This record gives sequence, structure tokens and C-alpha cells, in this order.
Amino acid sequence: MMEIGLNHYLVLSTILFAIGLAGVMRRKNLLLLFFATEILLNAVNIAFAAISHYYGDLTGQMFAFFVIAIAASELAVGLGLLIVWFKRNGTIDLDTMTSMRG
Amino acid sequence: MFEAIAFYLFAFLTISMFYITVTTSQALHALTALAAGMIFISAFFFILGADFLGAIQIIVYTGAVMALYAFGMMFFDTTRDVKEKKGNKFIVVGMATLAAILVVAIFSAPIVSNNIVALYPSVGAGNTQEVGMVLFTKYLIPFEVAAVMLLVAMVAGIVLAGKKMDLSLTLMDADEIRKMNEEKNKKVLS
Repeated sequence: MMEIGLNHYLVLSTILFAIGLAGVMRRKNLLLLFFATEILLNAVNIAFAAISHYYGDLTGQMFAFFVIAIAASELAVGLGLLIVWFKRNGTIDLDTMTSMRG
Repeated sequence: MFEAIAFYLFAFLTISMFYITVTTSQALHALTALAAGMIFISAFFFILGADFLGAIQIIVYTGAVMALYAFGMMFFDTTRDVKEKKGNKFIVVGMATLAAILVVAIFSAPIVSNNIVALYPSVGAGNTQEVGMVLFTKYLIPFEVAAVMLLVAMVAGIVLAGKKMDLSLTLMDADEIRKMNEEKNKKVLS
């Protein structure tokens, strides 16, 4: 209980991942959907850092860096697309994006 | 002792902040709670000895990503309440539980097998120094690729969000440029 091991961090990471996943499933607004994906990426980062620490290996931290870089670029492109969509349609609800329905 | 106290305190804070983020109906509350959760996550990195990663977490996530979200929210109609999906609750809960179990299985698989050795073991220098040594020797190519990817994302963001990005001054004739400038001046004067 008092000794914090690797499993504590992995359980915490899993809880955060589940929260983010529930958010992805129930959110309808695309901006709040983006928030939920950020939670997913952060949960994985905790697991990477914890494994890196408990195995004495820096590879986990390297992967966490690349995850952060990918999250930042994903956000820049995604927000740009979202702004274009909002200018065109006036809404960012997921249910309005049904233009490819046959 | 202190590590345990810090871990449980920040675990509680992070989970509650992220829970607020995914459940609130106000976009501004979600943004604020997400920013707070990001800062609390950096505390785990400091506890784990990954000082550089913690600093990067604060700078990139709370500084850059949250500022970008705040700017993006100015474009959208964020004052009204967010309507939620009326889906089947059992499906959502069931799929989230299944996915969580899957993640536990993925992460516990390497723990069960004991033949794991450190690929790049720590040499005893400071964390930032070690990160630099590994990043610029073993992970140099992914680092450069990530830099190119960030550049592409920056250009894409500017082109998508900027105004009149479909016009190019270098591809236009002198007459077209003069006409455009005259229209612009007319708009300013009127």
C-alpha cells in the first residue's frame, strides 16, 4: 500500500484511459472530443514514463516525447480543419457531418 | 512515504479533473479542468524522475496546446450548453470496460515475462543529460522526422485557419495585384 510500484502507475494510467475512452464515446461536440483524445494520450504517457523509470530504460521517455509531438501536430491540423468546417456550416456537432451518406 | 502521499493525492486530483472534463456541459469548464489535469500529470513525471518530460509536459501541453484550444474556442459558439449523445448506456460502459481490460493486458504482458533488460540503461548523469544523449544518438532520425512533421502541421494549420490563403502574390499578374490593392483601399476608406 505505501510502496508505490509499477502496477500503481499502470492502474492509474488505465483508469485515465478509460475516462478518456468514455469521453470519446459520449461526446458529440468535436472540440470536446479533442479534449478526450488528449486525455487518452496523456494516460499512455504516464504508463511510458513509469515503465521507463522502473526498468531503468530511457526508451519509454523517448516514446512519450514523440507522443507529445504527435499530439501537438494533430491538434494544429485538427483545429484548422475544425475552423474551416465551422466557417462553412456554423456548427461542429458530429451528427451534422453526414455528407457522405449515400 | 512521501512518494505514496504525493502519488495518491495527484492520482485523485488528476482523475477528478479528467472526469470533470469528460462530463461537464460547459466547454470552458472542460478546457480549464483539462489544463489543470495536464499540470497534475506533470507531477507524476517529476515523481518518476523524468524531470525533462515533466517540464515539456507543462510547456507544451499547458502552454501551447491549451493556448491553441483557447484561441480555437474563440471561433466557435462555446457559450451554449453542449448536447450529449443519447446512446445506449450499456454499450458505452461495456466497451469502455472491455477496452480498459485490453489495456491492462497489453501493459501486464511485459511484466509477466521476466526476460526484459534495459536497452539503454541509465549512466548516472542527470535526467536531462541522459535524455539528450539518447535522443541525439539512438533516436536522431525519429527526432528529425518529428521536426518535419511539426513543420508540416504548422504550415497546414496556418493555411487552414488563415484568410485568403488561396491567393498567391507570386503567381498573380501586376494588374491583378493592383486591382486587389485598390479594392482593399476602397474597403478601408468606405
